[in-house]
Amino acid sequence: MFSGKVFGALAGATVLALSASGAVAQPKEKVKVGFIYVGPVGDHGWSYQHDQGRQAIEKAFPGKVTTTFVESVPEADSERAIEQLARTGHDLIFTTSFGFMEPTLKVAKKYPNIKFEHATGFKRAPNLSTYAAKFHEGRYIIGQIAGKMTKSNTIGYVGAFPIPEVIAGINAFYLGAQSVNPNVKIKIVFANTWYDPAKEGDAAKALLDQGVDMLAQHTDSPAPIQAAEQRGKFGFGQASDMERFAPKAQLTAIVDNWSDYYVARTKAVLDGTWKSEDTWGGINAHMVVMSPYKNMPDDVKKLAQDTEAAIKSGQLNPFKCPIVGQDGKEIECKGQGALSDEQVLGMNFYVKGIEDKIPQ
Amino acid sequence: MRFELTPRTNASTMMRVFASVAAFITAFLIAGFVIWLMGRSPIAAFDVYVLQPLSDPWSLQELIVKATPMALIAIGLSYCFRANLWNIGAEGQYVIGAVLGSWIALKTHGMDAGFWVLPLMLLLGIIGGALWGLIPAFLKTRFGVNEILTSLMLVYVAQLTLDYLVRGPWRDPKGFNFPQSVTFDPAATLPPILEAGRVHYGAVFAAIAVLVTAVILGRTLFGYRLKLTGDAPRAARFAGFSSKATTLAVFAISGGLAGLAGISEVSGQIGQLQPSISPGYGFTAITVAFLGRLNPIGILVASLVVALTFIGGESAQIMLKLPLDLTQAFQGILLMCVLAADAMVSYRIRLAARGGGQ
Amino acid sequence: MTTFEAILLTIVTASTPLLIAALGELVTERSGVLNLGVEGMMAMGAACSFAAAVTFDSTLLGVAAGMMAGALMAALFALLVLGFAANQTGSGLALTILGLGLSGLIGAPFVGARRDPIAPVDIPGLSDIPVVGRLFFEQDLFVYASLALTILVAIYLVKTRSGLTLRSIGENHTSANALGLPVRQVRFWAILFGGACAGLAGAYLALVYTRFWSPGMTAGRGWIALALVVFAAWRPAWVLVGAYIFGAATVLQLHAQAAQFGVPSQVLSAVPYLATIIALLLLSIRHGRAIGAPGSLGVPFVPDR
Repeated sequence: MFSGKVFGALAGATVLALSASGAVAQPKEKVKVGFIYVGPVGDHGWSYQHDQGRQAIEKAFPGKVTTTFVESVPEADSERAIEQLARTGHDLIFTTSFGFMEPTLKVAKKYPNIKFEHATGFKRAPNLSTYAAKFHEGRYIIGQIAGKMTKSNTIGYVGAFPIPEVIAGINAFYLGAQSVNPNVKIKIVFANTWYDPAKEGDAAKALLDQGVDMLAQHTDSPAPIQAAEQRGKFGFGQASDMERFAPKAQLTAIVDNWSDYYVARTKAVLDGTWKSEDTWGGINAHMVVMSPYKNMPDDVKKLAQDTEAAIKSGQLNPFKCPIVGQDGKEIECKGQGALSDEQVLGMNFYVKGIEDKIPQ
Repeated sequence: MRFELTPRTNASTMMRVFASVAAFITAFLIAGFVIWLMGRSPIAAFDVYVLQPLSDPWSLQELIVKATPMALIAIGLSYCFRANLWNIGAEGQYVIGAVLGSWIALKTHGMDAGFWVLPLMLLLGIIGGALWGLIPAFLKTRFGVNEILTSLMLVYVAQLTLDYLVRGPWRDPKGFNFPQSVTFDPAATLPPILEAGRVHYGAVFAAIAVLVTAVILGRTLFGYRLKLTGDAPRAARFAGFSSKATTLAVFAISGGLAGLAGISEVSGQIGQLQPSISPGYGFTAITVAFLGRLNPIGILVASLVVALTFIGGESAQIMLKLPLDLTQAFQGILLMCVLAADAMVSYRIRLAARGGGQ
Repeated sequence: MTTFEAILLTIVTASTPLLIAALGELVTERSGVLNLGVEGMMAMGAACSFAAAVTFDSTLLGVAAGMMAGALMAALFALLVLGFAANQTGSGLALTILGLGLSGLIGAPFVGARRDPIAPVDIPGLSDIPVVGRLFFEQDLFVYASLALTILVAIYLVKTRSGLTLRSIGENHTSANALGLPVRQVRFWAILFGGACAGLAGAYLALVYTRFWSPGMTAGRGWIALALVVFAAWRPAWVLVGAYIFGAATVLQLHAQAAQFGVPSQVLSAVPYLATIIALLLLSIRHGRAIGAPGSLGVPFVPDR
C-alpha cells in the first residue's frame, strides 16, 4: 500500500544496520501509542492533522489502543519528552517533525524494544521507521488549476522557509502551471515562519497587491487563503480542508492524511508484524488527499481530476525528465525517466521560468 | 477598601524563606482549584507534577539538564537587574554565543584537532554573548538609548542570523539541503559528567557561576557598587562609581554567561547548529531570576523549580492529558505569588476601609 | 485601487493592533507604571473576544469581552504592583506568562471556528479623495477607533486637568502624594485603560485581522507595542508614527521579496527590528538622553504617612 523505499539509497551512510532479527515481535493484546507534536494541536495545520491521525487510531481499535500526545515540544529540547513517552509504557511512538530526528534516534537506541516512527527525516534504526508524504504531487495539480484559471498570468506562493520540501513544492506548482500555460509567471514570498497567522496574511496580501490572482501556500494557517477570499481571488488550502475559512476562494486543498498510515502501523504492532521501514506515500497511498474541486469551470475540474488519476496510477510524475534549471541547463536525470527521490528530497534549485532566486 | 503598606525594617532571612514556601503553597492551591474546575483530581495532578519527578533518578537528572542553561543565564541577568538595568535580550546573547563558539567547531570539523578546540569554543561563546550584550549597553551609555527595547530587538536579529547561517553558508553539504550544520566532532563536544548520563559540564559551569556570584555580591566592592547603583543611583554617583562602567560591565557579564549557556547547550546537548537551538531559555531565565529574587542560591533553586514545572508539565500531558497551557498558566501564577509574598515581607499590608487619607 | 494604495492599506491594517496596544501602555507608563504584560493581556483579549463573538454570534460582544479580559488581567497586575507594591518588571512578565497560558485554555474549544469579515465603513465624500481617501476613510471601524484614540489620548494628556494629574503622578509620585493627589487611584485606572487597549488590540487580531483563533497568535506583537512606547518617547503622536513605520517595514519586506530583489529573506525580516533600533538611536542623538521617560516609571510607590 505504501510506495517507495526511498530513503534507503538516500541515507545509505546513516542507516544503522537493518536486521530482520531486531524487529521480531509478538502479537499484542493492548498497545499504547504516543505522539510528539512540534506545534499546538490547535494550529489547524500540521500538528492538527497528525492529531486527527491519532484520533483515527483510537476509533479504529476501540478498547485495544490508548494514545497520548505531548504538544508544542521545542525541537532543541525534545529528547526528554520522547524519552518520557518511552519510559511510560508506550509501545509505538511517532515524532512528527524533522527537527526531532537526532533525539528520536538517540532515544530509539536506548529503548530497542519500543517502536519509533519519525516523520520527514532520513535516519533509521531497526526499531525506527521513517515516513513522509509526497505533497508535491498535490502541488502539481493545483499548479495546473492555477495556470488554467489565472487571468493576470501571475500566480503566487507563500512559503515558510526555503528548505528542500518547500522548494520542491514551488517547483511542482510552477511546472504544473507551466504545463497548461507556458507564459505564466510566479511570485514567491517566504514568511520565515510556519505559523504566525497575521504575518502569513500580510505575505499573502503583498502577493495579491502585486497582481497575483492565484495563491498557493506552504505555511500552516488559513490566513493566506482568507486574504485571497477577501480580495475576490482564489487560493488552495494547505494541510487541512480550509473551505469553511474561504468558501468562495478555495479551489481545492492538499490535505495531509496520516490516518491510514497510523492505523496500519498500529495494527502492525498489534499483529507483531511491525518492521523498520521507509514510507514515502503520495496520492496513491492516500497520504495526500485532494479535497473536492470547487469554484472552477468544468473543464478545469476535469483536467484536475485527470491529472490526479494519472499521478495515482503512476502514469504521471511531476518531476519527469527533462527538468530544466534556471540557467537553461538540463538537470541530470538520476531516476527512471524522472528525477530520483533523492534529488526531489534534497531539491535546492528553481526550474526554468521562475525568475526569483532561492534565498540563502 | 484599600491597601495600607508599612515598610518592615526587620525582615529576617527566616521570614523570607517562610514567605517563599507560603507562596508555593498558595500557587499550588490556586492551580489545584483550576484543575478541580476542569474536572480532574488535584491530588493526582500534584503527584504527577511534583512527587513523581522528584522521586525518580532519571527525572532528577533531567531536572539538572533542563535547569542548567536557565540557571547560567539567570545568574548573569541578576547582575543587570540588581543595577536596575533591564536586559531582556538574553535569548539573543545565548544564540550569538552559540553561533560564535560553533564557528570553531565547524572550522575544525574533520581535522582531528587537539584538546584546545573545546576551551576555545567556550571562550568564543562567552565573547560572542558578551559582545552582543554590549551593543545595548553601549547604545545606552553613549546615546541614552533605552536598553529594554534594543536588547529585545537584537533577539530577533540574532535568531535571523542563525537562521541565515544554517540555511546558507554553514549548512551541512551532506545533509540533503536540510537546514542544519554538520554534527560536531567528539573534540568539539562538551562531554557528560557521568559516562552514560545526560548531564554535561554546563551544570558545573552553572554551579561555579552561582558560587562566584555569591562571593562577588556579598564580599566585593563591585557587589556593593551594583547594589548601590540599583538602590540609590545618586548616592552611587556621589561615591564616585561610574554608572557607565557599571552598565557596560553587567551587560558584558550577563551576555557572557548567556553565551556560555548557548555554546554549552549546542555542544553538550544538541551536537549541531539548527534553526532553533533554544526553547526560549533566555526569556524563561528572566522568570527564574525573579523567582530567585536575584539571589544566587535563590536562582539555583528557582531554576530547578521551573525545570520541574516543565518536566511535570510533560508528565501531566502524558499521564493525565492535562494541556500544556495549564503548565504555563501555573508558572505565571507561581511567579505572581512569589512577588506578592516578597512584598509582604518588605511591607506590612493591611486592608483598610475606604476613607483614610492617602 | 493602485498597487501603491493597496500597499498603504495593508500597512495601516498591520499597524493598527500595535497602535492600539501601544497607546494603552503609553497611558499606563505616563502614570509611572511599567506593565510588561501587554503580550499576555493581548492574548487574553484575542481568545476571549473570539470565544464571545462565536458563542453569541456578535462582533460587538466579542470586542467588549476582549476589552474586559484585558482589563481584568490588568486589574490583577494592579493588585500586585499597587496593592502589594510588588516589583513591576517581574509582575508584568508573570502576567504575560499567565495570559499566554490562560488564553490557550480558553481558546482551545474554538479552534477551527471562523467569523465573517466585518464590513469596511465608507465615510461618504471623504473616501473619494485620491489616495488618502481610500486609505483613511474606507477602513474598518477599528482603524478609525485607533486614530480617534490617538487624538483623544493626546488631548487628554496635554489639555485636561485629569491628564495633568496623571502626568505629574508619573513624574514624581512622592511630591504628587504630598500635594494630596490620589496616586494609587489614578494609577489603577491607568493600568486598567492599558489592559482594555491591549485586549482591544487582541480582539482586532482575532476578529478582524485573521478572523479565527489559534494559540500564540499574538506572536510577539505585545512586545513590539512596548518597544513603540519607548520609541515614541511617551508621546501619542509618535506612537502613531512608530507603529506605522514598523508596520511599513514589516509589509514592505514582504513586497521586496515578491518583487524579486534577491536579498536573503532573513535580512529583509530583520529590517523592522533594525529600523526600530536605528530610528531610536537617531532620536536619542537628536534629543539627548532619556527623553520623555516619566520620572517615577517602574518605581514601586509606598505612601509614607
